[in-house]
Amino acid sequence: MWQYLPTLALLQTETESPVNRRPLPQDPMMRSLIAQARQMQLNRRTLLAGAGAGATALALAACSTGGGQAKPTAAADTSATDKTVNWANWAAYIDEDESGGYPTLERFTEETGIAVNYEVAVDDNNTYYGKVKDQLALGKDIGADTAVLTDWMAARWIRFGYTQELNHDNIPNIVNLNPALRDPDFDKGRLHTLPWQGGFAGICWNKEAIPGGIESVEDLWNSDLKGRVGVLSEMRDTMGLILQQNGVDIAGDWGDPEFDAAIEVLREQVESGQVRNIKGNSYLEDLKSEDTLAAICWSGDITVINAEAGDKWEFAIPTAGGTLWNDNFLVPIGSPRKANAEALMNFYYDPEVAAEVAAWVNFITPVAGAKEAAIAIDPELAENQLIFPNEETLSNAHIFRSLSGAEEQKYQAQFQSILLGA
Amino acid sequence: MAFAAFQTAEVVPQAPRKRSRIALFLLLPGLLYLVLFFVTPLISLLLTSLQQPAEFGDIGQYEYAFNWQNYVTVMSDYWPHIVRSFGYALAATVFALLFSYPLAYFIGVKARRWPMLQGLMLVLVIAPFFISFLLRTLAWKQLLSDESFIITSLKALSLMAPDAHFTGTPFAVIFGLTYNFIPFMTLPLYTTLERLDLRYLEAGSDLYANPFTVFRKVTIPLSMPGIVAGTLLTFIPAAGDYVNASRDFLGGPDTQMMGNVIEANFLVLLNYPAAAALSIILMAAILVLVGVYVKRSGTEDLL
Repeated sequence: MWQYLPTLALLQTETESPVNRRPLPQDPMMRSLIAQARQMQLNRRTLLAGAGAGATALALAACSTGGGQAKPTAAADTSATDKTVNWANWAAYIDEDESGGYPTLERFTEETGIAVNYEVAVDDNNTYYGKVKDQLALGKDIGADTAVLTDWMAARWIRFGYTQELNHDNIPNIVNLNPALRDPDFDKGRLHTLPWQGGFAGICWNKEAIPGGIESVEDLWNSDLKGRVGVLSEMRDTMGLILQQNGVDIAGDWGDPEFDAAIEVLREQVESGQVRNIKGNSYLEDLKSEDTLAAICWSGDITVINAEAGDKWEFAIPTAGGTLWNDNFLVPIGSPRKANAEALMNFYYDPEVAAEVAAWVNFITPVAGAKEAAIAIDPELAENQLIFPNEETLSNAHIFRSLSGAEEQKYQAQFQSILLGA
Repeated sequence: MAFAAFQTAEVVPQAPRKRSRIALFLLLPGLLYLVLFFVTPLISLLLTSLQQPAEFGDIGQYEYAFNWQNYVTVMSDYWPHIVRSFGYALAATVFALLFSYPLAYFIGVKARRWPMLQGLMLVLVIAPFFISFLLRTLAWKQLLSDESFIITSLKALSLMAPDAHFTGTPFAVIFGLTYNFIPFMTLPLYTTLERLDLRYLEAGSDLYANPFTVFRKVTIPLSMPGIVAGTLLTFIPAAGDYVNASRDFLGGPDTQMMGNVIEANFLVLLNYPAAAALSIILMAAILVLVGVYVKRSGTEDLL
């Protein structure tokens, strides 16, 4: 971008050639006034022209990579000399102690000598992507050596070449990865990503207001709940549940007709006022304030708000099926500390460490053997189906299939048109 | 200004030229700043708004073009949101003016005799600024939720239908906008009313005008600078606001404003040209509306 700066030198140039106009009046005061005015005019013009040219050049330089489809190249790894790792993760997504420290991370630093700079930098897949996408496209370091992102966003990063390939030799504990998660359609063989935690999207309800409970997405459309139902602004979870209610296997082969039918269901419920609101993480506020009495929810959250605000809510995977998602470690293309990031992943794939984290965050750990390790910590926890689901629970939750770029654009546009109303 | 020029012209005829060079030199840092952080982004925005999807590109990949149809598309897709934005902003401005005028009048005119009271009331107007605007809006969302004391009381008094709710409705959004922008309306009104010369009002009464006529013919014209400044300070940010109308705050799916549409296009749909085109439309519309308003109210000199 700096090669354009010489254009800015125009700012200082002044056109000396006088423009031929009528002779100046005799009065010295008027003469000098007019001279001054002309001078100003010329200066202003050259200035504006120079500034405009410079700014255009800058603007073009600043976003010249916007449409580029060339994939960036990976940064050289300096892990051997630089013993640090920067980890961008979500809030309340790792074990914490009372003083705000992270016990497992401290142990990792003790064992490996790698200092961890743990940052709660991701509060939404989309906003995080919006923040780092331009640096990623240029192959620059985004300040994170590993970031934790949801399946579909990780899929986009892999497709765009924004991730580095993992060296499985550095992650011997990868053998502990749950076999069901080894070959997702966006990353066969887990060459670019490793799951951190996972969870279900299902339905939840206020036990005091709905003592009988609800069983399916269809029950959310019951007229008793008019205006008191919330759904998630995460397309794959809300639409995944509705698609399954319509009898579609979301992991399988489905397309526009199935999606259109499901979108119509949602549109009807939103427009009739049955659905009160469509939100991301803040749906919990609505549950707590009882603006919503039943909602499409994420599994781990309900455990947390029950602990926070009294045991009032219950979560279930709907009879027709829930969605299962994972948030994944990946190494951004510009990170020069890939081996350190791999050491970190390896550490968290130790079943005992994984059990410790699972006991705190209440989400599903992808590490096989963590359940056995958890029995030693807290036998009751090991039986919690939302943290250590058994085969039966898992068989009712499905992973939303990967969408192509064009599908993503089309389906998101349809979904957003409901979120934005008319 | 013209007067100063006369004076210098008489004393040293050569001075202005030299001086203008130095002035230009001194202007440079400011100009550079404007070019880097205002003109450049603006041009970048304009260029983005004209982009078209890259051929065989993935989601969010665009290339430079002169695709002015982007403007037509966003206008036809989002005209309700555009109308709604300006409608809500107008309503909020009118309500803010109605609430703020008596308040500012009281602080600036009636409370002149008690400087302590005046100071205290000004602090009360400004105090909410000490708390984040997001937190205050979230607090209102809780205060006005379905099971809250306010809403249950209104329902018990039959002032609200039993199955009605407040959050997520246009009323909630306009309420939020009004509440959040009241200080911006009150302060400029206060500064003009504080200087209001009461002898004019006396003169009006002496000429047999009733209090209402005095207010209409004397007070309002004299406080016009404050009214114009206050309405501009309220209307412009309110039209572009996306917090109050956001589904996470006081809005719902049918109260989304332009800011929310821009956010969704930018962050979720990765439709950068549409987001940029909407931003330009928003800026241009505000510029035109404000220009007409300032012209009509005859206060160009104030700007």
